[in-house]
Amino acid sequence: MSEIQAFFHMGGYAWYVWPSFLITLVVLVANVWLSRIQFRSALLDAKRRVVAQAKKNNP
Amino acid sequence: MGIFALLSCIIRRDLAIAMRNTGQWVNPLLFFIVVVALFPLGVGPSPATLSIIAPGVIWVSALLAVLLSLGSLFETDFADGTLEQLLLSGQSLALIVLGKVLVHWFLSGLPLLLISPLLALLLALPTDAIPVLMLSLLIGTLTLSLIGAIGAGLTLGLNQAGVLLSLLVLPLSVPVLIFGSAAVTAAAADFGAGSQLAIMTGLLLFALSIGPLTTAAAVRIGVSGST
Amino acid sequence: MFKWIHRFGSAPFVYRFAGALAPWIGFVCLAILLSGLYLGLIVAPEDYEQGESYRIIYVHVPAAILSMFVYVVMAVASAVFLIWRLKLADIVAQASAPIGASFTFLALATGSLWGKPMWGTWWIWDGRLTSELLLLFLYFGYMALRAAIEHPQSAAKAAAVLALVGVVNIPVIHYSVEWWSTLHQPATITKMGERNIHPSMGIPLGLMIVGFQLLYAYVLLIRMRTGILKRESRASWVAQLPEVNNTMANSKLSGTNRV
Repeated sequence: MSEIQAFFHMGGYAWYVWPSFLITLVVLVANVWLSRIQFRSALLDAKRRVVAQAKKNNP
Repeated sequence: MGIFALLSCIIRRDLAIAMRNTGQWVNPLLFFIVVVALFPLGVGPSPATLSIIAPGVIWVSALLAVLLSLGSLFETDFADGTLEQLLLSGQSLALIVLGKVLVHWFLSGLPLLLISPLLALLLALPTDAIPVLMLSLLIGTLTLSLIGAIGAGLTLGLNQAGVLLSLLVLPLSVPVLIFGSAAVTAAAADFGAGSQLAIMTGLLLFALSIGPLTTAAAVRIGVSGST
Repeated sequence: MFKWIHRFGSAPFVYRFAGALAPWIGFVCLAILLSGLYLGLIVAPEDYEQGESYRIIYVHVPAAILSMFVYVVMAVASAVFLIWRLKLADIVAQASAPIGASFTFLALATGSLWGKPMWGTWWIWDGRLTSELLLLFLYFGYMALRAAIEHPQSAAKAAAVLALVGVVNIPVIHYSVEWWSTLHQPATITKMGERNIHPSMGIPLGLMIVGFQLLYAYVLLIRMRTGILKRESRASWVAQLPEVNNTMANSKLSGTNRV
C-alpha cells in the first residue's frame, strides 16, 4: 500500500475520521459564507435606501 | 408595606382568585395522573419493568405538569393590566413574584405531591420509597416553580408562549430531574437518599436566591415592551 | 485611555474597525488552520491506544471548547448590555448565538463519529456529550426567544437575561449530568483528555484551537458589521459610506423596479 493510500485509509478508521473532517469543513465554510452573504444583503439594502432617497430628493 | 404584609396580601389575593377557577389547579393534576397512567400502556404491564422506570416516569410527568401550569402564572394578570399596576405600586417586585410563585406551587406542586403515593402504587414502586418520593417532589416542584417563573416572565404576552416556555425551561430543570429521580431510585433500592435530597435542597436555595430577582427583571422587560 | 475605550461604543468606528481587522484575522486563521491540519493529519504519529481514529480530536476538542467559550462571551456581552446599556454588546451576543450553536452541533457530530469506533455505538449518554446536547438546547432557546419577541429593545433585554440565567446554570447542569452518567455507567472509557499529551500531538491541537477561535472572531466581526448596518440603516453615516454611496454602482440599482 502506497503512502498516500495509507493516509486515506487512516488505519481502517477512514469512515470515521474523514466524515468528521468533512463535516467540520462544511460547518466552518457555511459560517463564513452565510455571514458574508448576510453582510452583502445588508449592504445592498443600505444602497437601495440611498438610491431611493436620492430619487425622492431630485425626481 | 412590610415584607410579610406584602407577601400575605399577594398570596391571599391569588388564592382567592384560584378558588373561583378550579381548572387552574385541577388540570395540571389530571394531566399528571393521565400521563403516568399512559406509561404502563406503552411499555407493558410487567411490575418488574414498571418499578424500574417508576421514579423517572413520575418525575418527568411532574416536570411536564408543572411546566404546563406555568403559562397561567402571569398571563391573566398581564392581560387585565393588574401586573402593570403591581409594577407601579412601588413595592418590591421580587417579593410580589415570590408570593405568586408560592401560590403557583400551592396549586400545582402540592396536589401532585399529595397524589403521588397513589401513582407509585400503580407503577409498582416499593412502598418504602414513597416517603422519599414525596419529599423529593416537595423540594423539587418548588424549585421547578421558581425556575419556571423566569421562563414565564421572559415569554410574557407572546404568541405560543407555552411551547417556547418549555424550550427555555426544560434544559434548566435537568438537575432537578436527575437528583429527584435518583433519590427515589436510591430509596427503592434500599440505599439512603440523604445526599440526593441534600443536593436538591441546595438547588432549591440556589433557585430561591436568583429566581425571584431574575423573574422580576424579566417581568419588567415584558411589561415595558408591550406598552 | 478612556477616550480610546469610548470609541468602541461608537457604531461607525466599530463598523470601520471591524472591516479593517477582519481580512487580517481571516488570513491568519486560514494559515493557522492549514498548518494545524498538516501537523495533525500528516506529521503527528498515531496513538498507541486508539490508532488513527484519535485524529478526530483535532476537530472535536476545538469545537467543544469553542461551543462553551462562545456561550461565555455571549453571557458577558449580555451582562455588559444590561448594566451599561451598550447596544454594541447586544450585537456581539446576538451575532455569537448562531456561531456557538454551529460549534455545539459540530462537537456533537464529531463526538458521535468518534464514539462509534471507540464505544461501538453512535450515541452514548456520556456526561460530556449529554452536556453538549443540553448546551445546544440552551442556544436554541436563546435564538427562539429572540425571534419570538417583536419589539427589538425587549427582545434584546429578555435574551440577555436568558443568557445570564443559562451561564449561571451551565456548571450546575454539567456537574449533575457528570454525576448522573457515572452513576449509570461505572466503566466509562476515558478519552484523550485524561492523559498527558505528547507535544507532537499537542502542538497541532493547540493550533487548531487557536484557528477555531480566530474563525469565530472573523465571523463575529462580519456579523457585527451586518448587525450595525441593519440597526443604523437610517443613520447619515451609513449613507455616506463609500461602499454604500457609490454613484457608479448605484446607477444600476436605480434603473431596476423594486417593490
